[in-house]
Amino acid sequence: MKTRIENVSRRDFLKAGAGLTLGLVLPGAGSALAAAAKETHGDEAAFAPNAFVRIGSDNRVTVVAKHLEMGQGTYTGLATLVAEELDADWAQVVVEGAPADAKRYNNLLWGPSQGTGGSTAIANSFEQLRQAGASARAMVVQAAAARWKVPAGELRVKAGVVSHAKSGRKASFGELAEAAAKQPVPQEVRLKDPKEFTLIGRHVPRKDSVDKTTGRAQFTQDVKLPGMLVAVVAHPPRFGATVRTVDERAARAVPGVVRVTRIPQGVAVLAHDYWTAKKGRDALQIEWDDSAAYRGSSEQILADYRKLAATPGLVARRDGDADKALGEGAKALEAEYAFPYLAHAPMEPLNCVMRVDAQGCEVWNGEQFQTGDQYTLAAFFGLKPEQVKLNMLYAGGSFGRRANPAADYVLETAHIVKAIRGEAPVKLVWSREDDMRAGYYRPLYLHRLRAALDAQGKPLAWAQRVVGQSIIAGTPFESAMVKDGIDGTSVEGAANLPYAIPNLQVELHTTSKDVKVPVLWWRSVGSTHTAFAAEVFLDELATAAGADPVAYRQALLGAHPRHAGVLKLAADKAGWSKPLAPAKAGKRGRGVAVHESFNTYVAQVVEVTVADDGSFKVDRVVCAVDCGIAVNPDVVRAQMEGGIGFGLAAALSGAITLRDGVVEQSNFHDYPILRIDQMPAVEVHIVPSAAKPTGVGEPGVPPIAPALVNALYAATGKRIRTLPIGEQLKA
Amino acid sequence: MTRFILNGQKVNTPMPDDTPLLWVLRDGLELTGTKFGCGMGLCGACTVHVDGTAVKSCSTPVSAVADKHVTTIEHVDKNRVGAAVQAAWQKLDVVQCGYCQSGQIMAATALLAKTPQPSDADIDAAMAGNLCRCATYVRIRAAIHEAATNLAGRGAA
Repeated sequence: MKTRIENVSRRDFLKAGAGLTLGLVLPGAGSALAAAAKETHGDEAAFAPNAFVRIGSDNRVTVVAKHLEMGQGTYTGLATLVAEELDADWAQVVVEGAPADAKRYNNLLWGPSQGTGGSTAIANSFEQLRQAGASARAMVVQAAAARWKVPAGELRVKAGVVSHAKSGRKASFGELAEAAAKQPVPQEVRLKDPKEFTLIGRHVPRKDSVDKTTGRAQFTQDVKLPGMLVAVVAHPPRFGATVRTVDERAARAVPGVVRVTRIPQGVAVLAHDYWTAKKGRDALQIEWDDSAAYRGSSEQILADYRKLAATPGLVARRDGDADKALGEGAKALEAEYAFPYLAHAPMEPLNCVMRVDAQGCEVWNGEQFQTGDQYTLAAFFGLKPEQVKLNMLYAGGSFGRRANPAADYVLETAHIVKAIRGEAPVKLVWSREDDMRAGYYRPLYLHRLRAALDAQGKPLAWAQRVVGQSIIAGTPFESAMVKDGIDGTSVEGAANLPYAIPNLQVELHTTSKDVKVPVLWWRSVGSTHTAFAAEVFLDELATAAGADPVAYRQALLGAHPRHAGVLKLAADKAGWSKPLAPAKAGKRGRGVAVHESFNTYVAQVVEVTVADDGSFKVDRVVCAVDCGIAVNPDVVRAQMEGGIGFGLAAALSGAITLRDGVVEQSNFHDYPILRIDQMPAVEVHIVPSAAKPTGVGEPGVPPIAPALVNALYAATGKRIRTLPIGEQLKA
Repeated sequence: MTRFILNGQKVNTPMPDDTPLLWVLRDGLELTGTKFGCGMGLCGACTVHVDGTAVKSCSTPVSAVADKHVTTIEHVDKNRVGAAVQAAWQKLDVVQCGYCQSGQIMAATALLAKTPQPSDADIDAAMAGNLCRCATYVRIRAAIHEAATNLAGRGAA
């Protein structure tokens, strides 16, 4: 395969590279941390052929990762792509986060914008980063050929060493780095045939494992700059409320409180440490102005949605004539599925570090949306975008939360920095309660489904109405992602239902005008609810048809071999054709779901045991995934395991509820996330594939909730249609 | 002013007595490996050892550890069990986002110090207070077994 190099010139890279190095060594950080940062990132590189790779004379290969590492393993995956084509030794490779510069580090699937999301990191980088590695390799080889006066074609590269068999000469990348820098950047490079891969598709250890098991990994929460103040903010209890009056005296009286300042988001208290700032915040006496506040409740929202679901919405897909066919079947079915608001609840509560001076603004953040945040901050401070420097640190989880078109917590930090006229760097720290109550949730949705089966039990018609807020409306993405009033993220996974049903209609009601709860994408976005509605309703159809749930699906997936492939693999590995072994006590059940999201296909078989009192245990999940080439199969398995746990938490107990506009949950006691004793055994099977890789960060999530509910039905005959499951089986 | 022994060294802090140990470690002594997750002892990201016992530092006032031995993730590898746990975590690539993992490793080390050959049920009971939003639990269980095997001298490492 021949491909053109489209990297920017080396000179441009080096110009930015110097600034990059400065930004990564955090002044004032604990001396051990500063030393660790220096050790990790090394000195100025001898050879930097493009924006993604540098080779030092110390033989260190530094891969510059343009995507945020938030747990999904992308630093490892991106480095694998470079190292593969470079033929580097995995042990000599280190990874650092890229600066904000959309000219060089844009997400190729997002056009001119830099950011991480939609399970796109490996998919958009697969060829780009291999080209970067291949072009660096070509220059190293050229340097060796020139030094040894032998044809480049006679040289071999393996594990970071260039060798010439005839003369017995060898040199490491480090020894060749300076000479390689003087070689012309090749215009074309040959990428390996997949047969030649030595790292892609194999197990290579994660690059972040050591730092994250020794306490050395740098998260935003760990940044400390000289003179930095920690800010804790009192937010209004209702969305849209503002401060009417504030009595700051008690807060200012807390020893160590440095400043108290009003910002549009509430009242910020600043101190040199978190605990002092929090004590100050807790001492504030604030009267809130609720005149513009949203005062809805989850129950009322759901009731309103139910009324809407009885009326036609905007059509997102229409095959045949569903309305007509619904009246013509031998059997009719109808069901309603309801989904609550969900918080992302990453383990690292939201935070951001920022300083501003005459030269510009510098930010330390688990930065997921570089271009959006850079332009937002530039506009806010009256700077040019290039004067806003973003240091991308590890994020302690995100699940979508740190990629906010509204830049909420980043902008909140900016307001505080501005309010104190940039006199000190500021670290905004949200408490867990702030993180859970200050907004941006997976929206509440209601789905109404109707279907008709023919005399043989095959689906003749399927009509689905989705009701909920739009994630995209009102953001800069609206023009690109909302078509004819339909937010594609509201109906993804529904409008592209893969089953062969001749009369199919999917409609959408968007409620953003009436419901003022801040909403955002949440790991797997629309598929968090559409997969559930589709896969549970399909199970209801199979039950009505008296058919086996796997066989019924397979018969309808003729046009979708990759769905059918993962379904078969999961069913085979789970032993679907054999009866489930009985439990010592209680009833057992097995359920299945299959779903494609972000071009990755996942099927899961869930086994449960339900006790007489209705409590239940998820025993085992067998998961099959088709993500094209599995760049790192162990990371793929890890993302499936994690996606299953993340989705299970929501299915079992995840719900953010509103009462009179106030979020009722505040911490992990009333918004429980999965505990180890709730985690099932998980088996992951990867479909061998030569197709281009697709993402794995999100697609493990959607099938688990429907597969679980289908398993509970198999065990008990009771169909759960409202999430979370909670105590419904005990009723 | 509270004095205690941190990672084998005598330290004192001028922070008020009611300051949680977590914030003394992180903001006062600049040891940031111990994490803030919930502030209510609900998630375990802040787990440290006090005289060898796993303790949630976010809800332990610093005055409660006066003259006691506090060990954090930065020092846990000095202990044979802690080193084995870290090595198992690395071998199995347990981490994802990594933010909870300091606390997981401290809790696992305390478990193995008391129960060298834990069953899955022992692990679930001892680790249920340490939340992982990435749900790395399958590997946490496997890594604890791996460390236990290695400590018993039966493993490859």
